[in-house]
Amino acid sequence: MKAVFNVRNAVVALVIAGLMLLPLYSALSGKIFILTLFTRIIIFALAAASLNLIMGYGGMMSFGHAAYLGIGGYAVGILAFEGIGSGFVQWPVALLASALFALVIGALSLRTRGVYFIMITLAFAQMAYYVASGLSRYGGDDGLTIYKRSDFGGIIDLSNRVQFYYLCLACLLGGIYLIWRIVNSRFGLVVQGVRSNEQRMQAIGFHANRYRLVCFVISGTICGLSGALLANNTDFVSPAVMYWTRSGDLMVMVILGGMGSLFGPMIGAIVYLLLEELLSQFTEYWAMIMGPMLLLVVLFARGGIMGSLGRFSRG
Amino acid sequence: MLVVVEQFLNGLQFGLLLFLLAAGLTLVFGIMDFVNLAHGSLYMMGAYFAATFVAWTGSFVLGVLLALGATLLLGILLEFVALKHLYGRDHLDQVLATFGLILFFNDAVRLIWGPAGLALPLPPWLTVPVEIIPGVYYPAYRLSIIAAALAVAAGLYLVVMRTRIGMLIRAGASNREMIGALGINIKLLFTLVFGLGAALAGLAGLMQAPILTVQIGMGENILILAFVIIVIGGIGSIRGAFMAAILVGMIDTLGRAFLPDLLRKILSSAAASTAAPALSSMLIYLLMAIVLVLRPEGLFPAGKR
Repeated sequence: MKAVFNVRNAVVALVIAGLMLLPLYSALSGKIFILTLFTRIIIFALAAASLNLIMGYGGMMSFGHAAYLGIGGYAVGILAFEGIGSGFVQWPVALLASALFALVIGALSLRTRGVYFIMITLAFAQMAYYVASGLSRYGGDDGLTIYKRSDFGGIIDLSNRVQFYYLCLACLLGGIYLIWRIVNSRFGLVVQGVRSNEQRMQAIGFHANRYRLVCFVISGTICGLSGALLANNTDFVSPAVMYWTRSGDLMVMVILGGMGSLFGPMIGAIVYLLLEELLSQFTEYWAMIMGPMLLLVVLFARGGIMGSLGRFSRG
Repeated sequence: MLVVVEQFLNGLQFGLLLFLLAAGLTLVFGIMDFVNLAHGSLYMMGAYFAATFVAWTGSFVLGVLLALGATLLLGILLEFVALKHLYGRDHLDQVLATFGLILFFNDAVRLIWGPAGLALPLPPWLTVPVEIIPGVYYPAYRLSIIAAALAVAAGLYLVVMRTRIGMLIRAGASNREMIGALGINIKLLFTLVFGLGAALAGLAGLMQAPILTVQIGMGENILILAFVIIVIGGIGSIRGAFMAAILVGMIDTLGRAFLPDLLRKILSSAAASTAAPALSSMLIYLLMAIVLVLRPEGLFPAGKR
């Protein structure tokens, strides 16, 4: 019996309420850095949520998800560099480019399974990384500074911190809503069926890889959106956003929060990036604490934070 | 011609070094079904230990031997304290846990040795150039890497193919449950294999150290290369790892050396000089993608020997 009110849902509701009220707190307390920090967290939460769609629901362990962050970011950066400042052009291009990349690498990668899939997605992301390093017109290794954020006419001003924050939050909640709709649609059920038993799904007449590929492309497109947001947030895009450790970070957020739970990646991103921030204020060697902590989470808290909360609420 | 010979030897040397790293990784991966991202950290630790012990003892050989022992011990300790609890868990759990270990090791090194890189100076008898064929000189140290790595590869071949332990290792790579069921102490075997892999990674790290600087994060790039190699070669296959390592070492080195000139013949020189570095870095990933698309199990899958 699934109760609507349990510890897990209460925590999620509290967190979302907190995120909505955050700009108010930031304005009242005058702590602007909190708003910038959480803007970044929310953008990564969206990327993690998109990764969760294929990892948690589709069973596809992509180790190259940061590539879309870079592709979305570079689409914005390059267009801005070439004098096309309109967000109505930049963002669709960012999404389209990510979708196209996902379509190509997905079609090739989905020929493999398991660890081989992890490695081939990693290989493609590394290729994207080296392509970006080779773009000498757009800064190469040093990256590309974006002098003007995407221009959405008079609708929304991305240079305004609060407006940009709410835009990111809207993208995150919209993205999670979309994922929820997908997961519970017929399409989503087929994808989850394929994760559980591919042969059986094939036998009852589903073309498993086609469903997987579409899911892979949707996930890449959503992550491309967070890439466009990230580039606007930092006013900068460099190959480093696509480096494999970045993909690792995203995986960690998903697993830490709870793979295959709707809000898990969001919680994971918040906890991971907040810990990073807090520990780095406390000591320069924050990763020495963070590393073993991840190990302990894996050893003792199966199913991540959401899994543990679920157990807790069951008593 | 001179350059070709030299680059060819560089490629061979790099490939053999990669083999040392990949051999440990493929054994751990193939036998224990364990994805160890921290393998690159052991490589880094080998280099740091060597730099420290060589400075401390004042002797290159003694320092290297001590470093090798230290990496072996560290590997066994790591397996005993943390990693053995992760066998049989989901690959993702292992990725997460060993990713955490990378974070830990990088910062631990920064705390102990400081953020600046270290240098591992070579003794004078290893710095002289050797005339390998008339008119062609090659650094003695790089030659000794080739010799040492070939010796280790041969030793590994003998151990794996001709001894009882090796038989068990191969059996483990083919069917883990079965050798457990046949009454082999699988825990001991796992610890042994992990220690062996750690020592090989440390050896690779300390041999590479005099050529590059010893620095934080040195293990991460090369770890990815090692993964590429074991995937191309087929997971669990030592022979596959050897072939793929040489292939990758050659393609990477020769690509970096000759691709710029080659491209300059086709493209304008400005376009070539920007495209070449990116393209040569991409080559091996391209190779891996092609192999995986055409032969998803790798070139020499372990199960079908």
